[in-house]
Amino acid sequence: MRNALSGHRRWKPVWRTPELKKIYDVVIVGAGGHGLATAYYLARKHGIRNVAVLEKGFLGGGNTGRNTQVTRSNYFWPQSAAFFDHSLQLYENLSRDLNFNVMLSQRGVLTLAHSHHELESLRRWANAIRINGVDSELMTPGQIQELVPLINLQARFPVHGGFIQRRAGISRHDAVAWGYARAADALGVDIIQQCEVTGFAITNGKVTGVDTTQGKVSADKFSITVAGNTSVLAAMAGFRVPITSMALQAMVSEPIKPCLDTMFTSSVIHMYVSQSDRGEIVLGGGADAYTSYAQRGGIATVEDNVAALLELVPAFSRLRLMRQWAGITDITPDTTPIMGKTPVQNLYMSGGWGTGGYKAIPAGGDTMAYTIANDEPHPLIADFGLERFERGALIDEGGASGVAH
Amino acid sequence: MLRISCPYCGTRDEVEFHCGGDSHIIRPAPEVSDAEWSDYLFNRNNPRGVHYERWCHVFGCGQWFNIARNTVTHEIHAVYRMGDAAPDLEQ
Repeated sequence: MRNALSGHRRWKPVWRTPELKKIYDVVIVGAGGHGLATAYYLARKHGIRNVAVLEKGFLGGGNTGRNTQVTRSNYFWPQSAAFFDHSLQLYENLSRDLNFNVMLSQRGVLTLAHSHHELESLRRWANAIRINGVDSELMTPGQIQELVPLINLQARFPVHGGFIQRRAGISRHDAVAWGYARAADALGVDIIQQCEVTGFAITNGKVTGVDTTQGKVSADKFSITVAGNTSVLAAMAGFRVPITSMALQAMVSEPIKPCLDTMFTSSVIHMYVSQSDRGEIVLGGGADAYTSYAQRGGIATVEDNVAALLELVPAFSRLRLMRQWAGITDITPDTTPIMGKTPVQNLYMSGGWGTGGYKAIPAGGDTMAYTIANDEPHPLIADFGLERFERGALIDEGGASGVAH
Repeated sequence: MLRISCPYCGTRDEVEFHCGGDSHIIRPAPEVSDAEWSDYLFNRNNPRGVHYERWCHVFGCGQWFNIARNTVTHEIHAVYRMGDAAPDLEQ
């Protein structure tokens, strides 16, 4: 309060800027939500505090700061539902756990169907979600109109119905990164920014160190949590991953008064929309359909995305877009993440998050910390390993990934 | 917006094309191990830099061809036909 009344000049940094040491117990590459959460749970739940999180840019500056802040667990397959609902439950207590307000707002996520046949498949999906023990409710067009008065049900692709997960919602993505960073730092974790990993030291199939732009570091165990750059880091460590990196776009309008108190999404017309606490209409869903590491998107995709929104909510046609950006998503063939061990001993990975990594941050950190500490996959991620591709045990969540690829 | 030179129709906008992903994938013999088969099915070159990829001019001639494109700058270094070897862009 005193700081707020004195021109905000007296705030102190909430985490340290330590020197990079030569040796750690665990080194985590990438200080996004997943990397920071992994470090936090390693320190808090497993007592491993001699941990460094290396970040080539700035903390939370990759996909953690580029997503549209959605948290939901409306997944089709039991393994995914169990994992993502664990994440949602951790989100529900995250502000208290981290003593940092992540501004979770469980305003519901509504998925629309635009044809009779799509409604049939949504019905199957909504039922599967309930069987998985997660909440979902089918909605008629009338109920949708009541929930979202601005929606135009008679659009080019008319709205035939939908389903809602009411516990789903949005939270503040920067707060999640900062909350985990502060809490991990307080437990002794070193967060090293501006430190890019340039290579792995591997002897006899076992990783012993990394080369970075700030020098060499050795450790017992290493973890790769680098979202869109997973293929690049895997190549440095000498193995291949089934990932294609693509630029997923999002954009916000100028801020307006509250008019949309839920979130809705449509996979047929590639669009999802919500209103932020600042009043901006947050729009996303379009990915440029080719491999890209450029954190910007093409204008053709923006046009498609905006056209889809305006057909459903014509009133938004008067808004101007304020910002548009892209994050590099690491898409897997079954749109399920790749978590756990790698072909290199003592090297773990958490990647392939594709278009939905943000919602998984708490559970991703929790389960990876367990996996690293015990050298064995956490039961919730036992089916998410890289070896599933060789076994043919894919978990096809193309429908639930929220974006049609 | 990418401007892509179709070898058959000339330079057109990206929206006329469809990207088919990683090119030059060779199907192994059926008796290979599960690991090699899964590498063929699922693993893809996904470089941060020059990528050799297939594109199809779907809203044009409908022909497939190859492109060597930088995935960071999106600069197109070469366009070549299906069946041609990937150009060496090292120099």
